[in-house]
Amino acid sequence: MKSFTYERAKSPAEAATAVARTQGAKFIAGGTNLLDLMKLQIETPAHLIDVNGLALDKIEPTSDGGLRIGALVRNTDLAADPRVRQDYALLSRALLAGASGQLRNKATTAGNLLQRTRCPYFYDTNQPCNKRQPGSGCAAIGGITRQHAVIGTSDACIATHPSDMAVAMRALDATVETVRPDAAARRIPIAEFYRLPGDTPQIETVLQPGELITAVALPKPVGGTHVYHKVRDRASYAFALISVGAVVQRDGTGRVALGGVAHMPWRVEAAEAAMPRGAKAVTAQLLAGAKPTHENAFKLPLVERTLGAIMAQARS
Amino acid sequence: MRFDTPATANPIDQLKIIGQPVDRIDGPPKTTGTAPYAYERHDAVPNPAYGFVVGSAIPKGRIASINLDDAKAAPGVLAIVTALNAGKLGKGPRNTAMLLGGPDIEHYHQAVAVVVAETFEQARAAAHLVQVRYVKADGQYDLAGAKNSAAKPDHGKPDTAVGDFAGAFAAAPVQHDETYTTPDHSHAMMEPHASMAAWDGNKLTLWTSNQMIDWGVGDLALTLGIPKENVRLISPYIGGGFGSKLFLRTDAVLAALGARASGRPVKLALTRPFIANNTTHRPATIQRIRIGATPDGRITAIGHETWSGDLPGGRPEDAIQQTRLLYAGANRMTATRLAVLDLPEGNAMRAPGEASGLMALEIAMDEMAEKLRIDPIAFRVMNDTQVDPEEPQRPFSQRHLTECFRIGAERFGWDNRLRQPGRVRDGNWLVGTGVAAAFRNSPVITSGARVRLDGRGTVTVETDMTDIGTGSYTIIAQTAAEMMGVPLDKVVVRLGDSSFPASAGSGGQWGANSSTAGVYAACVKLREAVARKLGLNAADAVFADGQVRSGDRSVPLVQAASDAELVAEDAIEFGNLATTHQISTFGAHFVEVGVDAATAEIRVRRMLAVCSGGRILNPKSARSQVIGAMTMGVGAALMEELAVDKRRGFFVNHDLAGYEVAVHADIPHQDVIFLDEADPMSSPMKAKGIGELGICGVAAAVANAIYNATGVRVRNYPVTLDKLLDRLPGVG
Ligand SMILES: Cc1cc2nc3c(=O)[nH]c(=O)nc-3n(C[C@H](O)[C@H](O)[C@H](O)COP(=O)(O)OP(=O)(O)OC[C@H]3O[C@@H](n4cnc5c(N)ncnc54)[C@H](O)[C@@H]3O)c2cc1C
Ligand code: SF4
Repeated sequence: MKSFTYERAKSPAEAATAVARTQGAKFIAGGTNLLDLMKLQIETPAHLIDVNGLALDKIEPTSDGGLRIGALVRNTDLAADPRVRQDYALLSRALLAGASGQLRNKATTAGNLLQRTRCPYFYDTNQPCNKRQPGSGCAAIGGITRQHAVIGTSDACIATHPSDMAVAMRALDATVETVRPDAAARRIPIAEFYRLPGDTPQIETVLQPGELITAVALPKPVGGTHVYHKVRDRASYAFALISVGAVVQRDGTGRVALGGVAHMPWRVEAAEAAMPRGAKAVTAQLLAGAKPTHENAFKLPLVERTLGAIMAQARS
Repeated sequence: MRFDTPATANPIDQLKIIGQPVDRIDGPPKTTGTAPYAYERHDAVPNPAYGFVVGSAIPKGRIASINLDDAKAAPGVLAIVTALNAGKLGKGPRNTAMLLGGPDIEHYHQAVAVVVAETFEQARAAAHLVQVRYVKADGQYDLAGAKNSAAKPDHGKPDTAVGDFAGAFAAAPVQHDETYTTPDHSHAMMEPHASMAAWDGNKLTLWTSNQMIDWGVGDLALTLGIPKENVRLISPYIGGGFGSKLFLRTDAVLAALGARASGRPVKLALTRPFIANNTTHRPATIQRIRIGATPDGRITAIGHETWSGDLPGGRPEDAIQQTRLLYAGANRMTATRLAVLDLPEGNAMRAPGEASGLMALEIAMDEMAEKLRIDPIAFRVMNDTQVDPEEPQRPFSQRHLTECFRIGAERFGWDNRLRQPGRVRDGNWLVGTGVAAAFRNSPVITSGARVRLDGRGTVTVETDMTDIGTGSYTIIAQTAAEMMGVPLDKVVVRLGDSSFPASAGSGGQWGANSSTAGVYAACVKLREAVARKLGLNAADAVFADGQVRSGDRSVPLVQAASDAELVAEDAIEFGNLATTHQISTFGAHFVEVGVDAATAEIRVRRMLAVCSGGRILNPKSARSQVIGAMTMGVGAALMEELAVDKRRGFFVNHDLAGYEVAVHADIPHQDVIFLDEADPMSSPMKAKGIGELGICGVAAAVANAIYNATGVRVRNYPVTLDKLLDRLPGVG
C-alpha cells in the first residue's frame, strides 16, 4: 500500500470537485474492494475522499412509482428492504447470493457497481495485465480462464465483471444517477453504464473523472416471478461461474440478464422475444458470437440449462 | 522406557479420564482470544520491528541485479536482507529449495529479500520499492508433459513386485485399467506462517508456528550456521498446519536474519498470496491402476503406478503405499516415478500419499465392483486380508475394516441403495450414494516428556509436543491425570517449547499416540519417585482420587512433594513391533450427494465415517479431527485445485478467493462412529492415529456417489460441474 492522504466529503458536489482537483484521488465507500486492491498495490490512489458521511443512504419512492436507492445504502439493508423484497425480489436475491454477511454490511450500492474484476492475473502485480497496467499485455489469454468471459471479449482483456447485484440492476432497467465536478447531475441507464474491454480494459464505465454516483433508481415494478440462480462450485462465498437473473411473466414472456459471462452484466433485449419458445432459443441469441476459451466453453451450455430450469420452475 | 512387547494391563485401562469426551482445555483461551499466536506475542519482546518478504517474480532463472536504493530510503526502513548480505546460508535436510533465494531462482515467490521497518505498513510499502532484474530460464511446469522423463526416485521403495502381475492381469477374466489424476493442493490453514525472532548475543529465540519443534530447531541452526544449543523455538499455539508447518519455512529464517541485520526483534508473517507459491503444497499425481479379478470377484492382480513432480532433489507424492497393503491378491506391482518440475516445492499435506492414492484406488475399486456386478462393499470385504499381502507372514496387529463397512452400512441404510446409477431423484436433484475404504498406517516416534509434582499437588507436564488444533493439550492432560490419580484441573500442560524434552511432534498421525505414550513413560517414573518418597511399594501402589494406596496404607499424593518438587523425565522408545506387525488404522466412508439435474452443481447431503483407530483417547477431540478431515476430503473431491499456469510456471489462484475450500454451507450432517477397541501392539496407550485416517478415501466416496447419482464417472479431480454437464440428461 502506498501512503495516501484522506478527507471526508461534506456534500456530493464537494466530493466530486475534490476528486477532480487531486491527481490520483478516489472515492472510498465501504472499502471492501478498494482497500484490498490498495494493499496489493493494484490501486494506488494518492488521496481518498470518504463519501460515507454523505446523506446518500436512503431508499425512497420515486414520483413514477419506482424506488431511488442511495449510493451508500449497504447491500444488507437493500436486500432486506420490504419494498425491494416484494417488488424487486430479483435484486434482493442477487445481493444475498454475493459475498458474505459481514461484507454485505459494509458494501455499498455504488461500490458494488464499481467493484473490479476477480481475474487472478489482475491480482498479481508480477503478471502483465492490460486492465491494471495498460499496454502490458493480458496474461489470462492462453492461461487459466475457467472463470473468464465468453462474450464481448477483446484481444486485450477477457475479464468478467463479478457483481451479482449489477445483474439484477440490468434486468430491472435501473438508472445510475450521478453528479459531476461541475455540479451537473446526470442519469445513465444501466444498459449504457458499463463498457466492453476493447483496447481500453482499464476503463470500465462511462463515468468521467470525479463523477460521483449519488443513487440508483429503479422504474416501477414489473411483476412476474423473480429468480436469481448463481452457479458455483461451492455452495456459498464464491463468485459466479455464471449467474442467471430472470423475471418471468405468466404468459412466458420476460427478461434475462447474465453474470459471469462478460465484462459487464449481459443482457440482449432482442433475445427476450424468444422466451416463450424456450431456453435454447433465447440462449442462441443471447450468446450469439460468443468466443469462449477451451476452459470456459462449458459456460454456454450451462447458461442454457440454468435458464431452462428457471423457466420450468417459473411455469410450475 | 522401551516399548518392545505388547502392552499388558496398565493404569490407562481404568479409563476414568482417558476415553472420556472432556472439553478441550485450550478451548476457552482460544475462543476468548487469550491464547496468543506467534504474531501476537506482544508481551514477549518490547518494540519489535516488522519484516515483509519480497518474492521472486519469475519461476526459474537468476537475479541479474537488485536495486535497494529507493526501498532503503523509504520511511521507517531499518534493514534489508538479500542473499548478497545474508552471509552463507545452509539448508536443512527437509527443505528442497533455499528459503532465501538468489542469485539462483528455483520457484515463483521464492523469497529474495526481506524488508525490516518500524511498522508493518512501512515494511510493506518499501518492499514494493525493491527493484529486482531477473534473467528468466526455461522451466518445466506441466506434469503430463514431464511424465515421460520421470525417473525412479533413489530412496524409499519406488517399485515393488510380487508374483507375476503382468501374466495374471493379462489372464484375468475381468480387467480394469484406468488413469486418474489429482491436482496440486494447498494446505490453506487459517493461521499463515508467522515468526518473531529476537537475538540475545549469539542466542536466538523464535516464537513461531511449527508442528515439529525439534526438527525446526535443528534445521534453523543448520540454515543459519549456528549451534543447535543457541536456538530456542516457542510454539504453544498453532492455527492449523496440515503439514505445511512440519518444516522450517521462510518466515522463521527471514525473521531471524532481519532481526540480526536490524538489531531489533522482528516479527514477520507470510501474506496469504505467499502461501500457495512460497510454501509447500501437496503435489499433483497421475495414477494408473490395473485390477484383474475372477468373475466371482476375487482379485488376482493389482497394479498401481504413480507419477508426480518436484524441484530437483525433491520427493515424490507416495500414492501407491496403500495399494501395497489394502487388498488381497497374489500378483501385485507398484511403481513410483518422479519428474523434475520447476513449480514450488511439493511436500507433505495431511495423509501425504495416502490421501492422493486412495482418491484413485477407491474409485477404481468402485468401477471394478460395477464391472463385476457386485456390491462395492461386498467386493471390498471379499478381498480383505488379515496379513500384509506382500509378506504374508506379517499380520496386521488389528484390522477391522469389514466391521467398519458392516456397521456403517447398517447406520447409513446402504441396503436401500439402487446400484444402477441415475435412478433416484428428489425435486431438481439427482441423488446418489457412494462408499470408500479409509486406510492409513499408524507410525510411532520416540517421544519425551517431563512431569513435575509440586507442593500443591499440581502435576505439570512439559514436552515440546505441539497442539495444531488437534487436542494435544487435552489428551496429554488426561494421560497425566489418569496416571497420577488426580482430577484434570490438577494438571497443567505446557507444550511447544524446545527447552522441554523433545517429542514426536504433530505429523503423520503419530502425534497423539506417541506423545501420550511419552507422557505415560514419564508418569511411570514419577509414580516410582512418589512411592519411594512415601515409602510405598511402587509395584502395587494405586494412584486414585489424589491418594496413593499400597497394602492398607493410603497417603495423599501431595505429601510426596511437601518438602520439594518431584520431577521425572523419560521418553518412550519403540522396538520392532511395528516391523513384525503391520500397525494401521481403518475406516469406511459413506456419502450421499445431490447433483442439480440442470446445472450439475454438486452438494453433499449426508456423510458417515466409521473408524477403527485403536483406543480413542478423547471421543470429542477425535470426532472433531475426523469431521475436519471429512470436510477437507469434500474440498478435495469437489473444488480444491491449485491451478497451474503451465506457461508462466506458478499457481495462479493464490488466495482464498481463488483457491476454494469447503465452507459451512457445503458441509451437511456428519456422523462419526469409532469402534470400541484397544491395540496392545501400538503403545502402552493402546491408541493409534485418526487425524489422517479421516481424510483417506473421502474424496473417492464423494466421486463414487456422484457416479451413482448421475452415471457419469469422473477420474480427474476435482469433480466439478463442467466435467459432468455434457453427459447429463437434457433440461425442460
Ligand atoms: C471476499 C469477498 C467476496 C466477495 N464476493 C462477492 C460476490 O460473491 N458477489 C459480488 O457481487 N460481490 C462480491 N464481493 C465484492 C463486494 O460486493 C464489493 O467489494 C462491494 O460491493 C464494494 O462496495 P464498497 O462500498 O465496499 O466499495 P469500495 O471498495 O469502497 O469502492 C469500490 C469502488 O467504487 C468506487 N466508489 C465507491 N463509491 C462511489 C460513489 N458513490 N461514486 C463513485 N465511485 C464510488 C471507489 O472509488 C472504488 O473504486 C466480494 C468481496 C470480497 C472481499
Ligand atoms: S483478462 Fe483482463 S484483467 Fe485479466 S489479465 Fe487479461 S487484461 Fe488483465
